[in-house]
Amino acid sequence: MAVNALKDYSFAPADSQDKFHGNQLLYVGWDEHLMFCAPFAYCLPPDTRFGDLCQKFMAHSFGYHPEWKQVDFSKVTWLKSGQPFVPDMDKTLAELGLGHKDVLRFRTPGLTGIAGTCS
Amino acid sequence: MDMHVKKLGLKEKYAHMTRGLGWDTTYQPMEKVFPQATFEGIKIHDWEKWEDPFRLTMDAYWKYQAEKERKLYAVLDAFAQNNGHLGITDARYLSAIKLFLTGISPLEYVAHRGFAAAGRNFPGVGPRVACLMQSIDEVRHAQTQIHAISNYNKHYDGFHDFKHMLERVWYLSVPKSFFDDAFSAGPFEWMIAIGFSFEYVLTNLLFVPFMSGAAYNGDMATVTFGFSAQSDEARHMTLGLECIKFMLEQDPDNLPIVQKWIDKWAWRGIRVLSLVGMMMDYMLPKRVMSWKEAWEIYFEQNGGALFNDLARYGIKVPECLTQCSVDKEHISHQAWATFYQYGGAAAFHTWMPNDEEMDWLSAKYPNTFDKYYRPRFTYWREQAEQGNRFYSNTLPMLCQVCQIPMLFTEPDDPTQICYRESEYKGEKYHTCSDGCKHIFDDEPEKYIQAWLPVHQIYQGNCFNEGVDPTAEGFDPLAEVLKWYHLEHGKDNLDYEGSRDQQNFQAWRGMATQNT
Repeated sequence: MAVNALKDYSFAPADSQDKFHGNQLLYVGWDEHLMFCAPFAYCLPPDTRFGDLCQKFMAHSFGYHPEWKQVDFSKVTWLKSGQPFVPDMDKTLAELGLGHKDVLRFRTPGLTGIAGTCS
Repeated sequence: MDMHVKKLGLKEKYAHMTRGLGWDTTYQPMEKVFPQATFEGIKIHDWEKWEDPFRLTMDAYWKYQAEKERKLYAVLDAFAQNNGHLGITDARYLSAIKLFLTGISPLEYVAHRGFAAAGRNFPGVGPRVACLMQSIDEVRHAQTQIHAISNYNKHYDGFHDFKHMLERVWYLSVPKSFFDDAFSAGPFEWMIAIGFSFEYVLTNLLFVPFMSGAAYNGDMATVTFGFSAQSDEARHMTLGLECIKFMLEQDPDNLPIVQKWIDKWAWRGIRVLSLVGMMMDYMLPKRVMSWKEAWEIYFEQNGGALFNDLARYGIKVPECLTQCSVDKEHISHQAWATFYQYGGAAAFHTWMPNDEEMDWLSAKYPNTFDKYYRPRFTYWREQAEQGNRFYSNTLPMLCQVCQIPMLFTEPDDPTQICYRESEYKGEKYHTCSDGCKHIFDDEPEKYIQAWLPVHQIYQGNCFNEGVDPTAEGFDPLAEVLKWYHLEHGKDNLDYEGSRDQQNFQAWRGMATQNT
């Protein structure tokens, strides 16, 4: 619905991709591991390899968790905007069709967090 | 000359000094002088039907407030001169008061401006006078709270630049965006947002914990401010309620608009109150009651009565609030976990609860604390004891509307983060709940402009001038903290080992011991 306003009310979005100096935003959350209070926001070049996202950037962010070392990326399942998503580790974000502000969730079967509490 | 002086009766005096001050314009048409009175769609047929809840004239207001203010400042002075700050239970209390004073005091000032604007924009004299008085109340509250900040700022970290921080720091954007949202609406929505939802529906959940928390923890300066503000708050609540009844009585077409605003602002307010919940359950060394208990008493019971009263106008309890009866078991733990892991970027100290506090939490939250949160917190505590204190090293995803990190879980599954997504003009937007998504979808054009701290940092807008983000060894977090005016190692990180902790112990020692 349009905003009720005294004058024409139309603005450019504050976070369009052109404002990120050639990068794009990508959000990643680890399901059943709420020790990380919220999904992480990454700002990456579209030609980032998905494998680098997992092994470099996500490893940096999630590595504190005692279960991180047990994550087997061949068994991880992914959701993009809640729908199943099958990445190719050698392809880039752009090649995989991951756009600006897309959100990914990953699930690690068998790993259920600190003391099995999804922490 | 025979001057026949007759003293006016209270009622006459009131009429002359309020309604008597109004006039219709002649040089310009009224609708051009009051353009904001109609564009929101609210129909008012007779402003004279406005019932002033307090028959207070400006001169009486002045006299009464001046008297209160004299007493308040006398107490503040005495507090300062007698080192009243050493009477608090424990220096951890300071973190609670830092959050409150830096997050809320600047909003009192915005409230002052907002009510001044509403007073200007309403054509009716009754609400104009009421808004004028509330506007002055709010600026007085801002001033007295800033004096409270000043007293603490002499001794402790984190209080030194609240105004600068309000416009920059990630968690302060939560209350700031709440008021920006309200202030950028029209005067009627402002009255529902602040006058009704904030000052009436949610005020007890904000002020009671704050004031009782202060009293329980020996902060007499804040308690005195609370008593002083209380009579004003009672007036504000009545104004908010009068305003909503007036709108609903004026025209049946106003009902859906008012209901929409109540739904929106109840949810916006509840999201902001997550911060209060965590203050009650984690930050007050001596606890008043749990957030869950406060919610049950002040919302489920008292709020229920309010909505029963409004039912005769056709107003329904906002749908999103049913979720709160589930959320009340979780939000304080989830919020504190967030501040603990982002404690490197907060202008107050964080800690994990000790055993006695964990037991208190278990007792207050028998359904959730041991099951979901205690193992996490125990793990963090053990890791900290081994020198491996957990600080999250990556920025979190934020909700586009409430601007809180996406930390809230699904109402039917506390192990699953709640993700909601909308698309507007080809761009994706993420929200933390059905409530926030609904608000976004109703007015996307407004929220696509949101100044989201995380995105702003990534855009490179949160570094001091001259800083080169492409330079070798560039440390984004360090540079953002400098831009915040947050002194790393003093204002942030753990309570344990902080300057506040050390100074408080040393000074209290000097006050209570001989060596």
